[in-house]
Amino acid sequence: MQYVSALFNGLSYGMLLFLLGAGLSLVFGVGRFINLAHGGLFIIGGYVGFTVLNELGNFWLGILIGPMVGGALGLAADLLVLRRLHGHGRELDQVLVTFGLALIIADATRAGWGGDIRSVGAPAPFDRPIEIGDFSYPAYPLVIIGVGLLVFGLLWLLLQRTRVGAMIRAAAGDPQMAQVLGVPTAPVLRLTFALGVALAALGGVVALPRQALAPGRDFEMLLLALVVVVIGGLGRIEGAFWAALLVGLTDSYGKLFFPEFTVAMIFGLLALVLIWRPEGLLGRRAV
Amino acid sequence: MSRRLSRRDLLKLGAGLAVAGVLGCEGEEAATPTPGTPSAGQAPSGPPVKVGVLVPTSGVYTALGRDMLNGYNLYFQQVNFTAGGRRIELITEDETGDANTALTRARKLIEADRVEVFTGVVSTAAVYAMRDLLHQSRTLSIITNAGGNDLTRGRKSPYIFRTSFTSWQVSFPLGKWVADNLTKRVAIMYADYGFGQESQAAFRESFTAAGGQVLDAIPYPLGNSDFSSVIDRIRAARPDAVYGFASGSDAVLFLRQFAQAGLRGRIPLAVTGFMVEQDVLQSVGRDALDAYSSLHWAVTLDNPTNRRFVEEYRRRYNEFPSVFTMQAYDGARVIVEVLNAVNGDTSDPDRLVRAAEAVRFDSPRGLFEFDPVTHNVIQNVYLRQVRDQGGQVVNVVVTDLGRIRDPG
Repeated sequence: MQYVSALFNGLSYGMLLFLLGAGLSLVFGVGRFINLAHGGLFIIGGYVGFTVLNELGNFWLGILIGPMVGGALGLAADLLVLRRLHGHGRELDQVLVTFGLALIIADATRAGWGGDIRSVGAPAPFDRPIEIGDFSYPAYPLVIIGVGLLVFGLLWLLLQRTRVGAMIRAAAGDPQMAQVLGVPTAPVLRLTFALGVALAALGGVVALPRQALAPGRDFEMLLLALVVVVIGGLGRIEGAFWAALLVGLTDSYGKLFFPEFTVAMIFGLLALVLIWRPEGLLGRRAV
Repeated sequence: MSRRLSRRDLLKLGAGLAVAGVLGCEGEEAATPTPGTPSAGQAPSGPPVKVGVLVPTSGVYTALGRDMLNGYNLYFQQVNFTAGGRRIELITEDETGDANTALTRARKLIEADRVEVFTGVVSTAAVYAMRDLLHQSRTLSIITNAGGNDLTRGRKSPYIFRTSFTSWQVSFPLGKWVADNLTKRVAIMYADYGFGQESQAAFRESFTAAGGQVLDAIPYPLGNSDFSSVIDRIRAARPDAVYGFASGSDAVLFLRQFAQAGLRGRIPLAVTGFMVEQDVLQSVGRDALDAYSSLHWAVTLDNPTNRRFVEEYRRRYNEFPSVFTMQAYDGARVIVEVLNAVNGDTSDPDRLVRAAEAVRFDSPRGLFEFDPVTHNVIQNVYLRQVRDQGGQVVNVVVTDLGRIRDPG
């Protein structure tokens, strides 16, 4: 029974990591843009969801509002600051500026919501376990799995079946050629960026009943997002998806069999991938 | 690879900048009177006594640091920041969540600011890192949280006193109580680091001595966010109760997920008190109901000193004090009593030590006194239960487990 629970645990944790990693991966793929404020957007989503739940009493509203706030902040950040940093060879500037943003977010959230631990219970009707005979499993992780699959499906449709998606893929494949062919790469990148951080914020809200908000959570999540993106390969949401599941399952089965080495196992996995396929599981080889 | 490399540096940078931010707004938070300017009416003479306060104002223990600063300020204000005829000047530094940074800050307080008394410290790792500094500089040090056993055992120093607890002191009495009153079959879950290991070992020691049987012991990595596998192992062990040690957001998440899994109410919890202290309860609320715990204090502890302490704290900060507040509040009192005993003359460290050894008073937790051998506090430990008291989820004292002295 423990093996079955570990499977669901791994999948639900993986889906959270997917929400987090997909945005980071997209943004990097399309704009070669490194966003270290990604973990910050995750906790902003969480805090917004927390406030919405407390003020309006509805968790699901938070799932709508959190990503909207996150996306709006992403747009604003891009218009005000980040667009000045686009372009090849400016990675160091991007790292510095987005890390500065991450610190601002960390301080701002502490000023706004304090350093206390914030958490919420699972929303009804998912606040009790599902019991089948002797087997019992909490219901909420299944909601996370559902949300993750839904987002993956929608993202895939967006990228593969719509004009905007084609532009995003074109910009990711060869930005210069795309621009020459008339793809407005700057707006496409801005849109992708907003979408990416909205996904991170969505992750933050969805995670609320399973994770607690406390100072430092943003940087933990940033690290995990980077691991997912590096394992999956930059710029491919399929890569982020499979990598996130792999990390999630490694984590849950690791905890079952070798609880002392869980963290080490995730980084061991990362090291193995870097040795075996430095470009990531589904990444393209660098040109 | 540069990413992994940079993470440490980034975090350090981050901690550094966060500190800068915190120090920037210190004034409004600490709200201490301007040091060095004697208030009207009082006539303290001589330069102020410099007291170095090292508590985290950034990182994972931010909330604890804030509680402790509130505790110091509450007591020092009651004596108008004056003792032994001198004004008390607090110099606060950020302990952060990192032991090395904490050591640097402690060194700054002692060597650059030349503080006469040192106090604070949340993390056991940090206090071990600065033990030699405190000892060799012969600075009277009143540690108000960090509870690693060894600080007042193998690594004890005449200059180091502790107003808080040892991990043994809090968890040892619980084991016997569980075996005698709850069940002889438990599963254990604990955070896999020094303090967690010491706590579960202390519980296990008295629990098995009283005939108890540990069915499974499940360590989990500190800073964990998913407790499903821990909960699955607990379920598989089929215990009649669970002993646990976790604190902060780990505790919040475990309690939430334990309730989500439908186990609250089926398998009783008997935990080390920090797992259900105010910082955790205000976040978890009813998901923690019914949990038993042992600690050297409870917000509802019924004695006049505690009633006054809780009432004054609530009036001032509009929330319940936590055990961390109480420890710092008592730490401030120890400092004041020492300064009074030596009439403000801090020139002889050994005289300060003798004065501290003689401190005894009615604390919110009951009678407070130091063990003359170890310099750890001797205190009562209480068995508490989380209950709903008029809509407030608080710990209610079930019984007094007696006066507990760490064996040293």
